[in-house]
Formats: sequence, structure tokens, C-alpha cells
Amino acid sequence: MKVIRKSDFDDLVNGLIESDPREVVGVQDDGTKYVFKPLERAADLSLDYDVTMLSPKKYFFPQKERLVQYRESEDGYEMLRDWSSEGKIIVGVHPYDLIAIEQLDRIFIDTQQDEPYRRKRENSLLIGVNMQAVSEWSFAGSMGTAVTDSGFDLMLTDLEDRYAVEIGSRKGSKLLEESPVREATLEEVDEVERITDELPEKFEKGIEFPPEKLPSLLDENYDNMAVWDEYADGCLSCGTCNVICPTCYCFNVDVVDFITDDTGGTVRRWDGCLLEDFAAVAGGENFREETVQRHRHRLMRKGNYIYERFGDIACIGCGRCTQHCVADVADPAEIYNKLWRSTNA
Amino acid sequence: MPSEPTDAEPNWVHYEPEEATLVAKTTFNEIDTVFEFELEDRDELGHVPGQFVQVFVPGVGEAPFSVSSSPTKDGPFELCIRKVGSVTTAIHEMEVGDTLGIRGPFGETCDIETFKGNDMLFVAGGIGLAPLRSMINFILYHRDWFRDVTVVYGCKDPTEILFPEEIERWQERDDIRFDITVDEVPEGVEWDDHVGVITTLLPGLKIDAPNTYTIVCGPPVMFQYVQEELDAKEIPHDHIYLSLERRMHCGVGLCGHCQINDLYVCQDGPVFNYEVIKDRPEALS
Repeated sequence: MKVIRKSDFDDLVNGLIESDPREVVGVQDDGTKYVFKPLERAADLSLDYDVTMLSPKKYFFPQKERLVQYRESEDGYEMLRDWSSEGKIIVGVHPYDLIAIEQLDRIFIDTQQDEPYRRKRENSLLIGVNMQAVSEWSFAGSMGTAVTDSGFDLMLTDLEDRYAVEIGSRKGSKLLEESPVREATLEEVDEVERITDELPEKFEKGIEFPPEKLPSLLDENYDNMAVWDEYADGCLSCGTCNVICPTCYCFNVDVVDFITDDTGGTVRRWDGCLLEDFAAVAGGENFREETVQRHRHRLMRKGNYIYERFGDIACIGCGRCTQHCVADVADPAEIYNKLWRSTNA
Repeated sequence: MPSEPTDAEPNWVHYEPEEATLVAKTTFNEIDTVFEFELEDRDELGHVPGQFVQVFVPGVGEAPFSVSSSPTKDGPFELCIRKVGSVTTAIHEMEVGDTLGIRGPFGETCDIETFKGNDMLFVAGGIGLAPLRSMINFILYHRDWFRDVTVVYGCKDPTEILFPEEIERWQERDDIRFDITVDEVPEGVEWDDHVGVITTLLPGLKIDAPNTYTIVCGPPVMFQYVQEELDAKEIPHDHIYLSLERRMHCGVGLCGHCQINDLYVCQDGPVFNYEVIKDRPEALS
């Protein structure tokens, strides 16, 4: 473990902003909320934040991105390809969001080999930070996602005038080469351990059972309509819980005409399984027509379907869906607990 | 962490369609037409019966269609397309020589090897004949691999019958039984065959249940009633396959639109063993 003075870390970030070809983005306070956005200077960072509006997922899987682009001519269609890497340097990612990105990596890169995701992700650098504040909606402590030992290039822990820095990759190590860092003292190592050990206890909310029990709990409760209906009744099918989620990745592929009248292409943009026509087909059938079917689908997917397919519990306990649900019916911890109690009472 | 630089790796999904030229079209009625496409850069689509392609119409959209021709047919492949939305309307307006984009083939299908030496029963409702035709022609090409081959096909009325000339040829063969029915006969339309819903054709069939494999495709409402008849015949559930329709956007197991509980129609289907999907409530209704 290394240690860097905060002023030296700021210099490091300012140096990246100035000279690295990649865009540097970081957590900032925009007045009403914390957001990941392009960083003009290190002093704008708010690394003591609780939770951001959107997760950094948006940099690898943007709200809207071009998939293909072509030019039409007398000879037919010519594909316009730009598959160069477009990574970013992302400063201030909390452990639960790092875990979400690791999950998306396994799905988009390792399994489904999605090129648009790869070219954004591969050349990126993730500088994590251990939480100093805990969102009142988060239940990451109980999901095992409040701390992580992987998924970052560097991981910072705030030690007043210094950061303890854990190196997670060769890229991370290289980043520190030009900066005045020193080895951590034994006391500093102990202090980081104390901070991360105590972190899970700081969450007021939590699921009341081990997260590994979620897949089977959901299997058993698929037909527990009393619970599903209770929450779906108020649901407005607005899809906010989908777009705010760091592990939701459903999308539409739309055709657009852009730039000029002889070029066009397709874009993909975020979609949400809560939206009414998400599972509709051309023949007129809608395979999740009822709100309760869509509401249940999201929670099944987070705790069961993704696990069955890719091996991960896809709810990382950030609490964003709870915080932003207008109808206050989205809280996974509350719903999962209710299922748990109804099964284990 | 992502793998090392990967430009050399062949399997990255770019979502890029390849160009295909419309070389022939045969219209059956106001809304159903079969289109023959030739790929610009390769001779064959390389599909297996049951798979689908994504058809990209520049400026209009992209939509999935099951391949209607058998891989045993050389050259161009066929898509039978019903005009129901913007993409299908745009395809219907295309002239021979026009081009569009194709991605695929995608999807899993049934293991034809396991069917060898058995009877085959196809149940097609309406546009459901389009995907089944690929498998039917594949099986007729390898006719001696199988015992009895039976097709039952139901349409709303005689004007909706797809591939009428091909059906006539099938009916003339003595190594395949082809039964057809229509729900109703509109006034002024000539029809001297069976009238009634598709399930009325099934009780009369002599079926050797343990040695019969069944493939069903049709509107969701049909499945349930057909299944009741197949149960009455005691066909084992793992001998029954269904070809399901969903609105895939990506074709590669990501976009989520085709998800049936934990399954993806684009990767685990579109042809499913009934044993696999019968307990998944989102599959059929």
C-alpha cells in the first residue's frame, strides 16, 4: 500500500487533465446532487460524496451511442468504421459501482463480446475511493459491496491530509510513477483496515439474510403475488429504477438519419423493462403486459436471472432506485426482506 | 478486467449489417410475401432450420425474421414477411435489385440428429408456417432419415394461405401427409377442404407418441389448445418443440427485449423444447 499527500494527488489529477489524451471525469457536487462529469481541475472533486445520480456505467454504456454508421452512394452502402479506443479516466468510484462495472465487463466483454462497450472500457482507468459518507438509501453493507479488493486501477482511502492508495493493476502502478508516493506505515495500513472493516456497519438499511440466498428466495417466491402486487400497485411504469441502476443494461436499437442525407446508421439507447411496451411484439401480444409482471421481472433479474446466467447478484445495494422512485415502491431491500419474512416467518 | 487489446479477435459483435440484394419476391396476398435475398459477400447464409436474421432497412429500422428456406437450398435465402409495421412495410415496398442489411443468423434450434428414425409432426398456425417451412424442407431433403412426416396447417381463411403452390406439391407427394384447415370461408371464396380451427385436425391423426417429435409454431393463443391435443395423444413433453416470437433488438443476448424469465429467445431459442419452457410463465402468454 502506498500513501500520497492530497495536494500531490491533486497535482497528479491536474497533470492527467492537462496531458493525458483521455478525458478525465470525476465526482462533483452540482449544487443539488453528486454527479460524474468532466473534470476541469482536481479541486472540483467531491470525494466525500455519498452516492452519485448515475453510476459511471454511462461512460462505457452511454444513454445513447452510435452502433453503425454508413454512407450511401451509387455503388451501395459503405460502412464508416471507427473502432478506436475511447477510454476515460474516472476518478472517485465507490466500491459498489466498481463491482457493478466488473459485472458488466463479464457480460459485455467476457461473454457477449460487445465491441462498442469494449472500446470504451478497455482503455479506461478507474480510480476508486472508499466511502466516507453513506447514502441513507443504500444497503451495500448487507450486499457485500461496501468494500472491494478488485475492479480498480487505484483505490483511495481518505486519511485526513493523505490518501492511502491500493494499486489494483499495472496501469494503476504506472500512473503513480511520476508522483511523490511512499510506502504506507504499519499504522496507516491498520487504519485503512479499520475503516473498511467498520464501513459495512454504517448502513442503516440492509437485507436481513445473506445475499447468496437471494436466487433461491426469488425462485420460491415467483408466485408470491401478495408481495409483488403490494409494490406494483403504486408503480407508474416510468422506468426510472432501470435508468438509474448501475447494472441495468437493456437497450433499444433505433435507426437514425444523422449528419447528412447520404449518411445514416443505428443508435442504441437505454431502455427499461418497466416500460409498458418493453416485451411487446409486432403481432400485438405483450408478454409482460401487467405492471406487476414488469415490476417483478426487474427484481427477479437483479437477484436471480443474472445470477443464473452470469453468476452475479446484480443488485449491488447502491439505493439509487429507492431514492429516485417517485411512487416509493422500488426499494429492493424492503421487497426482498418482505419476501424473506413471508417465507421464513 | 477486460482482456488485452483485441482488434485481432474475430468474434467481437459490431452490429454491422452486411449487404443483401432482393433477387425475387412472391406475393401470396395483401400482407404476406416471400422475399429471396442474395448476400453480397458470401454464397450462403449458413443457417440451420429455426434460426433468424435481423433485417436492417436503412432509414427505417431493424427487425428479426425467421429464415423460411432450408439450408439445403442453394444460393439465396428466403424470408416470408407479413406487413404489420414500418420495417415490414418498407421491405414490402422494395423492388427486385434493391438492397438492405442483414445480421445473423442468430439463435439456437432443435437438434435434428435426435429426430432421426422417428415420426415428425409439424403444427403451423398462420404465419407460423414461415419458420417451420425451413425445417419441413430440410426434412424432406433428407427424407429417408425419418419415418412418417405429417404437417397440419391452419389459417384464418383461404386467402391467408402461404406457399400455396409448394403446399400443392407437398400434398401430391405420398411420403408426407399434409392436412390443411381454415377457421372460416368468406363469402365468394372457393374452398373445398377442411373448415375449423387447427385443433380439429389433430384428434384424427394416428400418432405413435413415444416415437414422434413435434414442432409447433403459431400465435401464442394457439399453443395452449394445440398442447391440450398433444397431451391427449400422450406425446412426451421433451419431444415437443415450439418456435417463439419476440422483438429482439440485438440478437446477441444483451438488449433484454426477448427475455422469457431467465431465458433469451435470441440465444436459447427461438426454438425451445416444451419441457424447458412449460414452467416459465412468460413463455406463452
